Amino acid sequence: MREKEVAGWVSDAQNAFKAAQDLDQLKVARLAHAGDKSPVALASRGLGAMTPDEKSSFGKIIGDAKTAIASALANATATLEAARDSKILLDEIVDVTLPANRSHKGGLHPITIMKNEISDFFVNQGYSVQEGPEMESGWLNFDALNIPGDHPARTMQDTFFIEPLESGMVLRTQTSPVQIRTMLTSEPPIYIISPGRTFRADELDATHSPVFHQVEGLVVDRAITMAHLKGVLENFAQAMFGADVITRLRPSFFPFTEPSAEVDVFFNGQWIEWGGCGMVNPKVLQNCGIDTQIYSGFAFGMGVERTLMVRHGVTDMHEIVEGDVRFTRQFGIGL
Amino acid sequence: MRAPLSWLKEFAAIPSSLSPEAIAEAFIRVGFEVEEIIYQGRNLTGSLVIGEVLSIEEMTEFKKPIRYVGLNCGQAKTRFIICGASNFVVGDLVVVALPGVVLPGGAEIGRRETYGKVSDGMICSSRELGLSDEHAGIIVIAPGHASVGDDARETLFINDVIFDIAVNPDRGYALSIRGLAREIAAALNVAYVDPVDALRMLTFKDTGTGIKPVLKSGASTFHLRTLSNFNPKAPRPLWMTRRIEKMGMRSISLAVDITNYVMLELGQPLHAFDAKKISGSLTIGYVSKSERFTTLDGQERQIDSDNLMVMDDKHLLALAGTMGGRDSEITDTTTDLAVEAVRFDPSAIARNSRCHKLSTEASRRFERSVDPSLAEFASARCAQLLIELGGALHIQSLSAGVPIFAPIVELDPDYICRTLGMKVSTDAIRKILTTLGCDVAADFAVDPPSWRWDLSAPADFAEEVARMIGYDAIPSILPPRPKQASLTVAQKRRRAIAASLAAQGLSEVQTFPFTSDAIIESMGYEGERASTYRLANPMSEDYPVLRTHLLPGLAAVAQRNIGRGAKDIAIFEIGSIFRNSQRLIPAISPQLGHKPGKDEIAQIFSSVPVQHLHLGAILAGKVESESWRGKSRVFDLYDAIAHVERILELSHLTWVQERSDFAPWHPGRCVEFIIDGKPAAHAGELHPGVVSTFALPPRAVAFVVNLDALPDSAMVQARALGAMPAAIQDVALIVDNRVLARDVERALRQGAGPLLESISLFDRYEKLADGKISLAFTLTFRSPDRTLTGDEVSALRQAATERAASECGAVVRSA
Repeated sequence: MREKEVAGWVSDAQNAFKAAQDLDQLKVARLAHAGDKSPVALASRGLGAMTPDEKSSFGKIIGDAKTAIASALANATATLEAARDSKILLDEIVDVTLPANRSHKGGLHPITIMKNEISDFFVNQGYSVQEGPEMESGWLNFDALNIPGDHPARTMQDTFFIEPLESGMVLRTQTSPVQIRTMLTSEPPIYIISPGRTFRADELDATHSPVFHQVEGLVVDRAITMAHLKGVLENFAQAMFGADVITRLRPSFFPFTEPSAEVDVFFNGQWIEWGGCGMVNPKVLQNCGIDTQIYSGFAFGMGVERTLMVRHGVTDMHEIVEGDVRFTRQFGIGL
Repeated sequence: MRAPLSWLKEFAAIPSSLSPEAIAEAFIRVGFEVEEIIYQGRNLTGSLVIGEVLSIEEMTEFKKPIRYVGLNCGQAKTRFIICGASNFVVGDLVVVALPGVVLPGGAEIGRRETYGKVSDGMICSSRELGLSDEHAGIIVIAPGHASVGDDARETLFINDVIFDIAVNPDRGYALSIRGLAREIAAALNVAYVDPVDALRMLTFKDTGTGIKPVLKSGASTFHLRTLSNFNPKAPRPLWMTRRIEKMGMRSISLAVDITNYVMLELGQPLHAFDAKKISGSLTIGYVSKSERFTTLDGQERQIDSDNLMVMDDKHLLALAGTMGGRDSEITDTTTDLAVEAVRFDPSAIARNSRCHKLSTEASRRFERSVDPSLAEFASARCAQLLIELGGALHIQSLSAGVPIFAPIVELDPDYICRTLGMKVSTDAIRKILTTLGCDVAADFAVDPPSWRWDLSAPADFAEEVARMIGYDAIPSILPPRPKQASLTVAQKRRRAIAASLAAQGLSEVQTFPFTSDAIIESMGYEGERASTYRLANPMSEDYPVLRTHLLPGLAAVAQRNIGRGAKDIAIFEIGSIFRNSQRLIPAISPQLGHKPGKDEIAQIFSSVPVQHLHLGAILAGKVESESWRGKSRVFDLYDAIAHVERILELSHLTWVQERSDFAPWHPGRCVEFIIDGKPAAHAGELHPGVVSTFALPPRAVAFVVNLDALPDSAMVQARALGAMPAAIQDVALIVDNRVLARDVERALRQGAGPLLESISLFDRYEKLADGKISLAFTLTFRSPDRTLTGDEVSALRQAATERAASECGAVVRSA
């Protein structure tokens, strides 16, 4: 009889907790069904007047009922607290699409990014990155490279000369003097690239600049052949223009290479003249004291601006050299 | 160099089935870049006939003279056409486009009314037909060179394909149809006939005494043929003038056309003098004293002992190998000719051309080396044509000097295989070299042909074999490679700094390293920054010297960006600067062919001044964009200083900061960063004068770091952090306002000892009486192995403030 009554208290409590719509209503229900004056509390207090047997059996029933009510209360509290919290969060909704970043947008010049990209490619192949001065000795820029005194490159129309002329000092017309410096100061095997700024006395127009950048590569080792040159250039071209780019070598002429070639790439549906290359002219190796009976080498050179223009659709050289930050910002810190 | 297919086919058996594109591909394969294929006649359709002028009605009532011309075009009725040209007379043969002709420009000729008449076609000029740029008048064909009603396409050899070819400077022999025909024949593996072979047998009977050639210097052979009785009025044959036009040159007169024609065909430039204007013999040599000399182009030139000249016993007659003189020029009355054919030294002609900024068809060929055996045969060809076409009489042919040929080269066929990285049989090598004109002995001693001065070393032959096999045939493999490589510390650091600045909102720019004395002065530079190197040939007289500092270029870029609408500026550049740190000495030129000596190498390296790599930046305007989140403050000098601090921290360096009055900064608002006792960077507010010169936003700030002055830092070794709690103490100190915060901080740090983990200035209060200020610091103490007690921390704090008191006169500010 009492058991049934107690079970009724429990279900009353459970129903009341479940019915509570918010924490305030739950508080009223808690006081009614789990408070000091609740039937179960009163019954619990009455246990003291019972016989030990009654106490033992009824005490367990009351204990179980208390546990069940407490559990129901905890569940209801958790549910209603969660509902309250989520309501607060909903009230705190803001427009998260408002523009948040107010710092200026910066960026690296794309020539820097491209030089880094090319350097990384070759460093991963085991080449080191060598640099040299922009104002350079004419002997290193011309003579040692087998460019004779009456070569057109050595006229005032093509090369910037420094006063006094007897100093032979020029603004380097290519980064090749870095190759000579390397060969004069180290022994083969030599695997280097030399990215850097170069100068030619060209008027600035849409495709020419008197100040531009080159990346040259030089390999001198035992038994280096033109097949190696082709392999490296194809690999390089794929890294720069994508895996399906086609590379073509065409016979050409440079005083410092023999045989010489132009490198073309078939990109975006047309042949693009990309750079020059060839087997290092044995005369150049000899000028640097490298034994041509043991060693041979290849060299290549590409314009960084040209590569950038072709690959990224830059149509006007002015944009690369003028310093308009809108140009730099397009590239961010990667191409 | 142009090459009409019809002319090439005279010497190379190019199959008719081959398309122009396939021929161009073959040229490209063997190293001759085809820049353009001109399809002459392709865009010219309809009926083009030869007509005879029957009548001319001059119409004078219009702004320009107009003719109404009656023509016999081989049809029953006379055809009448309106024509604006007036270089023809009744009886002349002209080219008539009948109605229905579409010209290369797209214009269609019709029967139409104009100038009050009906014009039934068009009388054509060369330009209208796309044959040349000649448009001074219509084409007039010499009598006997065509008949009325002929198809003018055939008369004028219109339908042809012309290749415009970029010839590399080592292949002078290819500046001729002879040379290009040989190349294309070899590329296509078809038969080739050398036009020179037919000339070897050519002899002329002497009929008198000719002018004597004297060769003093500057050439190896000199052939001089004297002719008389030349008819200057003899008509120029169309086959010759049309070929000259197809080569992009102008037909001038029969004698001049013949010399040009032979040059184009064989590659030997020739010069024809009026023999009556030569007194005595014709000499090639240098003059002993400076003289004035007027060339054919009417330019008066200063000739000095550097210029190779052709002269007679009295006068200078030609700037050798470059341009003839005006006074000995052949005219339309010249009947006696002296034809000069010389193998000049390439360097002598290059000097002539360069010295007088005069590049001609002749000088371009001589500079690139002309076949030494050719002077004799080309002048024979010229004499043959003068006799045949101009009725000339051969007087006498004389010569001086002997041809010098390229030496024999001992070739190792295996060297070629080793260079190319593929097996090429000795038979194949022999066949290729023979096709190109070499005599190859059994032991591979190779005698290059007379026209190939460029074949002097085994590597040159490797290229010949490679291009004939085709570069495509060379395999593609990767070389062996070193195990690893990495960027240097400086290279990695440069990248990290640039990336960090970019991430902090700065945009990298690149500027030209040219500046002017005026800019250097206006920036207030002194000492080595005011002294730079000067270009002998600057692009612009406005910027004749090399920059000594990055800020002027950056300021100009800032100004440009502001001009294009930018409000705030945050830009940087990394680049070399040039300071006249050492006097340039006359260059040494070590002998080539072997490595220069150690001393020579050292001398060359040290002759090149040090060029430091700098990083410069300008910040101006707002620190952040104005935003719905609030206003932004303006960049101040501490932003510039903070950038340098971050850069040096990122580089793991320690430094000392001192106030500096370094230009172009505000003398009271510039800090110098000193590393290892040397200035490495400057930062602060730009001098107001500089700000106004470049119209920058007020209080623009800047920093410059000499990246080469930053020592490499050692690899970072991690230190144990310790998990013990930190004890944090704030102290406020009152000091004189002239005391530097940096000095107070240093005293606190020294006084606090090694348990001080960090210190930071969190407040600076200026509004105290008596020129005093308050500096408030947070000191963080931590022991690696125990919790510091309250007493210990108080003692440390006191030690710190006592040190600040003794060194900086600091008084602890009570709450």
